[in-house]
Amino acid sequence: MEKAIKRYFPVFVLPTLLAFIIGFIAPFAEGIWLSFCDFTTINDAKWVGLENYIKIMADDTFGHAFRFSTLFTVVTVILINLFAFAAALALTKKFKGTNLFRTVFFMPNLIGGIILGYIWNLLLNGVLQIFKRTLTYSSVYGFVGLVILMLWQQIGYMMIIYIAGIQNIPGELIEAAKIDGASSKQILKNITIPMVMPSITICTFLTLTNGFKLFDQNLALTNGEPSGTSEMLALNIFNTFYGRTGWEGAGQAKAVIFFILVAIIAIVQNRLTSRKEIQA
Amino acid sequence: MKTKSKKNLKFTIIFGILSVAWLYPIYLVVINSFKKKAYISKAPFSLPFGKMYIGLENYVSGIAKTGFLQAFGWTLFITVCSVAVIILCTSMCAWYLGRVHNKVTKTIYYLCLFSMIVPFQMVMFPLSKIANQLRLNTPWGLIIIYLGFGAGLSIFMFSGFIKSIPLEIEEAAMIDGCSPLQTFFLVVFPILKPTAITIAILETMWIWNDYLLPYLILDIKKFKTISIAVQYLRGGYGSIDMGAMMGVLVLAIVPIILFYLFCQKYIIEGVVAGAVKG
Repeated sequence: MEKAIKRYFPVFVLPTLLAFIIGFIAPFAEGIWLSFCDFTTINDAKWVGLENYIKIMADDTFGHAFRFSTLFTVVTVILINLFAFAAALALTKKFKGTNLFRTVFFMPNLIGGIILGYIWNLLLNGVLQIFKRTLTYSSVYGFVGLVILMLWQQIGYMMIIYIAGIQNIPGELIEAAKIDGASSKQILKNITIPMVMPSITICTFLTLTNGFKLFDQNLALTNGEPSGTSEMLALNIFNTFYGRTGWEGAGQAKAVIFFILVAIIAIVQNRLTSRKEIQA
Repeated sequence: MKTKSKKNLKFTIIFGILSVAWLYPIYLVVINSFKKKAYISKAPFSLPFGKMYIGLENYVSGIAKTGFLQAFGWTLFITVCSVAVIILCTSMCAWYLGRVHNKVTKTIYYLCLFSMIVPFQMVMFPLSKIANQLRLNTPWGLIIIYLGFGAGLSIFMFSGFIKSIPLEIEEAAMIDGCSPLQTFFLVVFPILKPTAITIAILETMWIWNDYLLPYLILDIKKFKTISIAVQYLRGGYGSIDMGAMMGVLVLAIVPIILFYLFCQKYIIEGVVAGAVKG
């Protein structure tokens, strides 16, 4: 059978492969190469070795964006997962309206990042106006605003994953614990949390990568204002490419570092999940 | 028994209040879309009564300023075509990769896995230049880019499912005289349908809302997507026409919410299935 299929390579694989080369392999390879070059368009690239990487070491905006993104990611990972897990615990109990509430909490996920940014721009500026401030008054407002926006968007998504995890716990397990006289706190600690560990891993890493990769919401809500202090990594890279002439090489070098950071997170996640699967 | 139902009522009330709070930002955009521009920033929380009320003017100016209707059409075209092409091409590719084992197929598979961990910023500059040189800066070209950039995730998910299909079914079809193409479309593809729905949902949520990729690839003087049209209202120096913005935001949100209400079962199932596999 393998032989018969093999001849069909041009039909089955070639279209995807060509698009994959254009859309991913070629730009990726070129991206690595360009990070060692000085260029304004691709055609005038000149090899400069590590110069770009040295240049970004001295670029304060990158360090600032890195710290801003890291702090933002830590805060959102913790808050989103706590609230999402609590909501999932509550909504797996039997009371009126659970399905409706689930639908409502999940909804913001379907709205695009740019649109979300402007919705919250209106709401938060409206609230801050009472105190005669705006979102772009200081980076603290931008930070808090982005955190609130991300909570609103992502709690529902993670909640859905936690709900699926909780519903997969066999009912006998909890019943047996109840008969043995376990309190609801003990059940939570000794049964529910260990049993939904795979969901916790998935959600932690989803929120982790979402936090670091955040772009659209950042662009629409504050656009990095005031003067770049609420700029996150992805926006900082974008602005280095398209906002500072002569910095294209440095932008690409930043992108490579950003890629390595995201790749490390993904690989660690992969290790953790596969180890858990072996134990289970 | 009585205390339990009381406790349940308490839950319903708490979550009811939370749900109202959850929907409040959207309500706020809707009421402001009927207000005169000046009052949107002055009194964002009041209802659009009296002299604040402006009728549909914000919608009219928003549509005119951004070319919203065209943007909506292009977004629909790009999303539907890209998702259809991704499902068709990557399911065929994943089946081939799962059935023919040699160095080439292995390399392609691992490159696909690898592409999943690469953030867009890594490739955005070279990609936009390459797309420009190949004249892919149109909605049709964008479909090819989405196929290339989205191939990783869907090949990975299809492959996982294809591994679990017993070979005997396909062998029987081949012995009965099916060509590989017939085997794939008559036997394998129907089995792949649940996975295809999951992938279609995840890719739709991504492509419909995507901003940066179409912004960099498309010739935005000619073609805009909804996200690009919304962002377009932020003029130079960061000034925003809030009236037009509110109208456009409502127009952008309403179709999504309708779509969600009709397909929510599939969407939520798709998200769960996708999360567990990804």
